Amino acid sequence: MPASTISTASPSRAASYDNAKVVNRFDLTKRLVAKLRKDEAVIGGIGNTNFDLWSAGRRPQNFYMLGSMGLAIPIALGVALAQPRRHVIALEGDGSLLMQLGCLTTIAALKPANLTMVIMDNGLYQITGGQPTAAAGIADYVALARAAGLAKSAWAADEDDFDSLVDAALAEGGPTFIAARIDDKPGVGTTDRDPVQIRERFMHGLGVRARP
Amino acid sequence: MDNANPAAARPWYEIVQATLKRNDVKLVAYVPDKVFTPLIKNLHADKDFLTFATAREEEALGILSGAWMGGRRGAVLMQTSGFGTIPNALASLVVPYQIPAIMFVSERGTLGEFNLGQALVCRTMRPVLESLAVEHHTITRHDELEFIVDRSVKQSIATQAAVAFILSPLLTGGKVFEK
Repeated sequence: MPASTISTASPSRAASYDNAKVVNRFDLTKRLVAKLRKDEAVIGGIGNTNFDLWSAGRRPQNFYMLGSMGLAIPIALGVALAQPRRHVIALEGDGSLLMQLGCLTTIAALKPANLTMVIMDNGLYQITGGQPTAAAGIADYVALARAAGLAKSAWAADEDDFDSLVDAALAEGGPTFIAARIDDKPGVGTTDRDPVQIRERFMHGLGVRARP
Repeated sequence: MDNANPAAARPWYEIVQATLKRNDVKLVAYVPDKVFTPLIKNLHADKDFLTFATAREEEALGILSGAWMGGRRGAVLMQTSGFGTIPNALASLVVPYQIPAIMFVSERGTLGEFNLGQALVCRTMRPVLESLAVEHHTITRHDELEFIVDRSVKQSIATQAAVAFILSPLLTGGKVFEK
């Protein structure tokens, strides 16, 4: 009986930290961006997460966060609450999430159906010199998210599974929490660091500002 | 805080709520404070507002920033010690990205404070606001509350700049030592 239960479950739900393949952040980011057809908003967290988002192709619906480590998911929540018909995706690193774990409980309480969180977990503060986080190899972010009240939380078993999880998040609604184990390759490229320009372009992209 | 003007019979928290509503500031994130209890209770009861607690004050600033960029105005409620946790979010997100974050701070640490920690963190608040050139008003008088909040919310949005309202115990009664 347990075997049949497992076979009918989504393979993604069966993935765990231990059996998840170590994949590449830029590859996953490109896969994610390629799926976006409805002007979905994407919030890139500090450092490599938004460097890879930038390098995956500029979109006016992308927001690049240059400081405020840990706030990519809260920013995405704010956009999701303001525009319930637009899907919003937060791309965040494991160290950043660790700074703001409490935001998962806020999201679990508010249940925004149009919010997806993607956590890129390499267990490192990569941009500051690759120091391991306190949680590396100890804490399981998907288990933490589930315990915070986010039932739709899963490890990506590999690249194809990541694709399936993103497809499901966009189609079925959430909130959805997807974590992927990634390697320690640095981000590709560097975001232009002009906060006002980033915000204005994003607001144009969200239809809040008229086109110039 | 008593006022001889009968037109000012509404309590401070009703004035704040009505002024936010009139200015279409209808998303309120908060980390609780005893003094804010009636305001929080009434905001939750008012279905025109989306009112919710966050785990941290900087989290609330992130949410307000996203909501503003998505076209929805918001405010955050916090206590003085909560303000002590947000300078990085102000300096690296709210100020450089020009987000009109509307902040209400219930002032602890003065006029009868009983907790030394609160008294010390209170000393850091205005220097931080000054150093970031964030507009701030300490509101002590009931008859000035509506004018200050209404005008400053409008200014915040028009100039895309944050504003902090520090609500003095002279206005709210504050939190007193009850053993």
